[in-house]
Amino acid sequence: MTVKECYEAFGGNYEDAFSRLRSDDRLLKFLNKATEDGSFKLLTDSLSSHNLEEAFRAVHTMKGICLNLSITSLGNSSQILTEALRNREQYGDDLIPLYENVKKDYEDFVLSVKKMQE
Amino acid sequence: MSNIKKKILIVDDSELNRSLLADILSVDFDIIEAGDGDEAIRILHERELEISLMLLDIVMPKMDGFEVLAVMNRMGWIKTIPVIMISSETGSTYIDRAYDLGAVDYISRPFDERTVKHRVACNFMFSVRQKEMSELLSKQIYQHEKDKSLMIEILSHIVEFRNMESGLHVLHVNVITKALLNQLVKKTDKYNLNEKDINLIVNASALHDVGKITVPSEILNKPGKLTEEEYAIMKNHTVEGANMLTAIPFRKNEDLIKVGYQICRWHHERFDGKGYPDGLEADEIPISAQVVSIADVYDALTSERVYKRAYSQEEAVQMILNGECGKFNPILLECLVETAPKLKEELTVISLSGSVDNKINDTVKRILREGKTGASDRSIKLLERERQKFDFLSNISGEIVFEYSETPEEIKLSEWGASKLGLPVRLEDPKINSYWNNVFSKEDFNQFLNEIHNTSPENPVYTNRYLLHLNNQPKWSKVIARSMWSDEENPKFEGVIGKIVDVNDEVEAMEQLEHQAEHDGLTGLLNHAAAKRRIERILKERRKKYAFIVFDLDNFKYANDNYGHLFGDEVLKTVANRVKENIRVNDIAARMGGDEFIVFMEYKDTPLAQTDRIFKKLCRNYKDFPISVSMGVAITENFKGDYEELFHMADTAMYMTKQKSKRAYCFYDKNMKMVLRSADNLEDDDGGGKR
Repeated sequence: MTVKECYEAFGGNYEDAFSRLRSDDRLLKFLNKATEDGSFKLLTDSLSSHNLEEAFRAVHTMKGICLNLSITSLGNSSQILTEALRNREQYGDDLIPLYENVKKDYEDFVLSVKKMQE
Repeated sequence: MSNIKKKILIVDDSELNRSLLADILSVDFDIIEAGDGDEAIRILHERELEISLMLLDIVMPKMDGFEVLAVMNRMGWIKTIPVIMISSETGSTYIDRAYDLGAVDYISRPFDERTVKHRVACNFMFSVRQKEMSELLSKQIYQHEKDKSLMIEILSHIVEFRNMESGLHVLHVNVITKALLNQLVKKTDKYNLNEKDINLIVNASALHDVGKITVPSEILNKPGKLTEEEYAIMKNHTVEGANMLTAIPFRKNEDLIKVGYQICRWHHERFDGKGYPDGLEADEIPISAQVVSIADVYDALTSERVYKRAYSQEEAVQMILNGECGKFNPILLECLVETAPKLKEELTVISLSGSVDNKINDTVKRILREGKTGASDRSIKLLERERQKFDFLSNISGEIVFEYSETPEEIKLSEWGASKLGLPVRLEDPKINSYWNNVFSKEDFNQFLNEIHNTSPENPVYTNRYLLHLNNQPKWSKVIARSMWSDEENPKFEGVIGKIVDVNDEVEAMEQLEHQAEHDGLTGLLNHAAAKRRIERILKERRKKYAFIVFDLDNFKYANDNYGHLFGDEVLKTVANRVKENIRVNDIAARMGGDEFIVFMEYKDTPLAQTDRIFKKLCRNYKDFPISVSMGVAITENFKGDYEELFHMADTAMYMTKQKSKRAYCFYDKNMKMVLRSADNLEDDDGGGKR
């Protein structure tokens, strides 16, 4: 699987990423790093302990990473959760479906990158 | 310099984001990373000067990007370290706030490689230019101020030379004026003086007597009382000086001219209106002239003049307080009383070159502080901070820290060091300064300077021991010094920094050890190895004639066996003492071990008399025990061999003595060699002989 095919698999914009970062090697390196990044785990943990501030920072970081690597689907779902968590003080069940979306996109993303490596 | 990569600090809580930026920038820059605001601040604290640019994320744990910017503002770092924000926040509130807090640029995510590289490079270049410009500016200000001060000093010295004064009066008035003004602003803000005003008055004070150039020198330097007419001419120097300043075309509005005018015209006015030329009263007299008038009077009193002796500082203050020189502003009198003790110190160490420099440095510092020249301001601040650290550390280290500079040639001591040495903090012309030479002898100091001149920027450290006089006590001291070199292609020697460590105890202990290593514990004579070294040294020179004596005690075993070892030791000590008493200081005596001794002594014509005397002195009873020795003597006349050979000759002669009769001495003869070779046939000794 090429980097381009991988981007198609997780719903990302390969052309955009390549035009900005200018090499497949670099993209590959940082996609790998992104799968190892602890932000998703931090998001999951902080949401389950209702630590909204930490959860905001975690998903905000994910959003930033996604923007820079043009991981579009995960970036979009992270963006929605980021805005839902911004300045939020009370935990609510409305966060659950938003988180589930992020989770699904994240898992797709990780799976695709793993496949490419194989 | 140029091949060292500049450092960029990347602050982002996401490791991935940091490494992505690092990946893009590491070709051209060295990257330092910080995972949150706290860490960034810590790095800035420690490495502020190394960091050329900073990339800063906004949303971070512990301390976010805005808080980091706030701290950078408070610390002044924002003026010199360009900050580029990088964030996925695109809302204008975020961007505005970042710019308001001093960020130079804002890159939003997703960023592309080209943009990041380009903006970093641009902002970096910009800040470098700014630094260069402000350094250039400070250099120019310095030069300008230096020229200005120099001109004022030249001018005022011309006046003083006519006045047949030392040239120090202007400097003294300068220092006193400054001290009084600094004290005055502490006490009251009535006169509304800022640092710039003070500086101006201090500078202009040099002009106070410029009008004297119009007074004929017969009047100026007349030792006796002036006639009324002469006095009137003399008094007119105030008006003349002021006129001279107003006559300078196009410059009437310069602050220096305005203040100079006040000082020239009114520095002889008095607070009660009884002064001249205008009889102004109280605060009608500008504060500049009031202060300079006290300074002028004070220095005139404490200096010798053609018409009077020099009064002590205390007398002078008292006379001014008593109104003997007219009435002055009471608050200025208070200032005088309060600053007098410090003045006494300052005026005694004042020097011509130094004072100009100090003044200029003050001015440059002030201008840079007032102006918005960030970089140099920061450099100066940092320098000052380093200076404070250095002063503090050198003062608590218990070591004497010194600086030597070549032009102007002087020594500066740490405060602690100065008090330890009983010297002022600054010493001019150390090569010929008698205070300094009392501590560091001329020969030693010149030798030290020669050696340190011979060091290089690559190997700048020189260490040596000198016998210095610390507070008049001779003490062995270790001087550890490092030469300082100019920052040019061909570095020039500029001076030295170093410290003086009292190692007297160490040296004494070492000498003690050396002494122990060279001497025989029982008798205090040299041991064989040490004696051998010394004799070998003398033999190499071969300038004089020497006799080498080897002897042992004939009946020592008997003494040991019959009286015990303690007694035996006493006998050995006695022999050693007798040897010591009967040789000269430059002769060498040693115990070889057991009951064998050697003596090496100089003789003029023949060694006979000396040898005989020593022999006879040795062969006397100790208590009831008859000491008896057998000696062999070899002489160095016509001898070309080495120590071993000489020893062998004397030893052979001793052996002969023993074989023959004991309690005797004999001189080596070359025939003995043959004799000894046939060791069985020792009767045949026609070479040595008992005398």
